[in-house]
Amino acid sequence: MSALPPKFEGDLAELPTHAFGHRSLTWWGVVAFFLIEGTAFGLAIGVYFFLQGLENSWPPEPWKPADLLAGTLFTITILLSEIPSTIVKRAAERHDLATVRRWMLVLIPFFVLLLVFRAFEFNSLNVKWDDNAYGSIIWTLLFLHLTHILTDVADSLVLTALIWTKRGGENRRIVDVSENAMYWRFVWLTWIPIYLLIYWVPRWVK
Amino acid sequence: MTVLSGQDLPRDGEALQGAALHARLERTWGDAPGLWGWLTTTDHKKIGRRYIVTAFVFMALAGVLALAMRLQLAGPEKALMTPDRYNQLFTMHGTTMMFLFAVPVMEAMAIYLVPLMIGTRNISFPRLNAFSYWMYLAGGILLWVAFLLNIGPDAGWFSYTPLSGPQFSPGKRVDIWAQMITFTEVAALAVAVEIVATILKQRAPGMTLSRMPLFVWTMLVVALMVIFSMPSVALGSGLLISDRLIGTHFYNAYEHGDPLLWQHLFWFFGHPEVYIIFLPGAGFVSHITETFTRRPVFAYPAMVLSLVTVGLLAFGVWVHHMFATGLPRTGYAFYTAATMAVSIPAGIQIFCWIATIWDGRPRFKVPFLYVFAFIFTFVIGGLSGVMQASVPIDLQVHDTYFIVAHFHYVLVGGAVFPLLGAIDYWFPKVTGRMMGEALGKVSFWLVFLGFQVTFFPMHLLGMWGMPRRVYTYPTGMGWDEMNLIATMGSFALAAGFVLYIVNALNSARRGAIAGPNPWDAAGLEWATASPPPQYNFAHIPVVTSRTPLWDNRNHLPVMTGLRVDDREVLLTTVMDAVPDLREPSALPSIWPLASALATTCMFIASIFTPWAVVIGTFPIAAALIAWFWPKGPMSPEPVIE
Ligand SMILES: [Cu+2]
Repeated sequence: MSALPPKFEGDLAELPTHAFGHRSLTWWGVVAFFLIEGTAFGLAIGVYFFLQGLENSWPPEPWKPADLLAGTLFTITILLSEIPSTIVKRAAERHDLATVRRWMLVLIPFFVLLLVFRAFEFNSLNVKWDDNAYGSIIWTLLFLHLTHILTDVADSLVLTALIWTKRGGENRRIVDVSENAMYWRFVWLTWIPIYLLIYWVPRWVK
Repeated sequence: MTVLSGQDLPRDGEALQGAALHARLERTWGDAPGLWGWLTTTDHKKIGRRYIVTAFVFMALAGVLALAMRLQLAGPEKALMTPDRYNQLFTMHGTTMMFLFAVPVMEAMAIYLVPLMIGTRNISFPRLNAFSYWMYLAGGILLWVAFLLNIGPDAGWFSYTPLSGPQFSPGKRVDIWAQMITFTEVAALAVAVEIVATILKQRAPGMTLSRMPLFVWTMLVVALMVIFSMPSVALGSGLLISDRLIGTHFYNAYEHGDPLLWQHLFWFFGHPEVYIIFLPGAGFVSHITETFTRRPVFAYPAMVLSLVTVGLLAFGVWVHHMFATGLPRTGYAFYTAATMAVSIPAGIQIFCWIATIWDGRPRFKVPFLYVFAFIFTFVIGGLSGVMQASVPIDLQVHDTYFIVAHFHYVLVGGAVFPLLGAIDYWFPKVTGRMMGEALGKVSFWLVFLGFQVTFFPMHLLGMWGMPRRVYTYPTGMGWDEMNLIATMGSFALAAGFVLYIVNALNSARRGAIAGPNPWDAAGLEWATASPPPQYNFAHIPVVTSRTPLWDNRNHLPVMTGLRVDDREVLLTTVMDAVPDLREPSALPSIWPLASALATTCMFIASIFTPWAVVIGTFPIAAALIAWFWPKGPMSPEPVIE
């Protein structure tokens, strides 16, 4: 009970109980985590260039750059996965539950493919993490990104299961679906520079 | 979307207020009784209090280590302990003070105070808040149990490579240090996210950014600094532990890594860390000064701008910790200039406080005394900092006791003195009782003078060449007297702390009853009862100025209409705090604790085998799914189908 007597100046009862984007609290939480993880990626990229600056050639002699196939397939797949992800996000924002349910299932084969390609990526780096500092940072970048893939895949699978229950129609879940799709964008956006650093920069700078 | 209107669900309003509303909100916001309620609570005040008490326990432990070190150094060639034990002591002291006391206690003050200051019912993401506390506690226990088992870290609070690398620090000591970092970074980052979201989205209607209390401003800046700096030490210590455990070569010069990489990553975090610790102190000082001079803080916009400037500059000066490493000379000028530039916004703040005091009618209560202690001490620490920004001076005093003196002046003067004042000041809000004034003054003078006697002589010792981190020194160096004086001062300082704690414990039970606003302060936190009910405010307050309680002496303007049968918070717009949404606030849950336990097992096991990372992920995932899976009755809102 407050010390001063209240003076009533308005009523909030008619305010809505959910909204998408920056009006919701979840969105701000997700964005703050982008900043944290984005900073971590940025610093890891900084470490990459720091170590590169210590070398005469990159990768150091006699190592060969990573093979392109698995990483490139991964890149194409993750870019394509944005199509169903966008469909899910838009459907969520117009409260089209049937479309959300269907297209969240469509995403599952993409996840499977991505994990398979990622496994082959580790096999095509042509260097091991304990060979030298170059190998250490290449493996670390790929591993850091893997943790993001795993997090969002797990999150998406749980959400897919949840959205198919009768609670799937709750407004909170629909907002969650939209924020989850936003997180996926962060996952593939951060992949693009890492893809270049692992596979292409060692070819370009020699 | 259609919305169930006010008639369909019970809400506060003219028809539901006073005692009936209190009873209803208590039922909705209350915790389960007993231990279960204690383990599952998501209340920001309970968690904040718990955080503060835990942080002070760690501070006391680290303080005891400091006394042991001072005894060892009281005279030349003493043999109270082995060099190895001494290494553990200074490492544990620094690590505990920085990671388990200073940052957590400042965030904890924000966990407790920010929701009250901005007029909301709970912090954002309350379960994440509970989780962060358990992670912090687990990290602290890990470090201290290791120390008691004689495997405490011994490579300094910054664990420089190559000393901390696999070659020169075999065994598990540094691994424990690195994993403790991971625990505390997870906790600190979680709280930072909550603070940012709470401040930007949960302010009372009308509390525009330009009406935000200054402590809230400082915590917004601090939380953003945590977000941008802590990933650096988390990444750095992750790479360190992987060098040590799975043979990567980030810091190994023989395989084309570089030990200096560690220093870059550490200080890119380490310098902002210092400001993360003292900026909240500046926030405390602003509130205390305002209340005890009965004047709004002078030049509020200048204060806010200075805060933001200090926050930005903090990220451009880390190399000044590395002047002695032989980096390219040309770069030094920039870091010298940036470091000196910090003194401009810091100076502006000092002048604003002095102007406020000058213009006001000061009441010299204990919290206000700490403001003077802060200004005196922090200015000395700041000046010795500007001295070291100059490379030749830095090279001369690097790794000497001059540095020890400097950073204790900055950190104790800039953060601990304001904190002690703040605890005295908000004590009545938290406990409902005043802290004793007489004992408060005795402990103040012991702490203040004890501090000066302990640390001022270290400036001289440093200039006379006494290095840091030595477990003893030979006779005949001319260091004996000053060391003895410092040791005597440290015991006076410790006595002051003991009296402060005795006073707090005593007052919590027997102090004078405070009432809602015992200091006649201006902020919203003083509009509610002391201690505040679990739901904080019966109705959501409305703000029309920077000093709401001074401008509304007879009534509190409020808005009604949040549900009282479910936990609901009001979201407002980011800039102007216009009411926008009603969103649910998380109920109590055991799953944050379960998730923290699962994460603890994984982190600790990963010190022994990298496979723990793989296997340990599954229990964590299970606990997190249980945490987020919706339980309880369905939302009464219409459901699309
Ligand atoms: Cu610094």
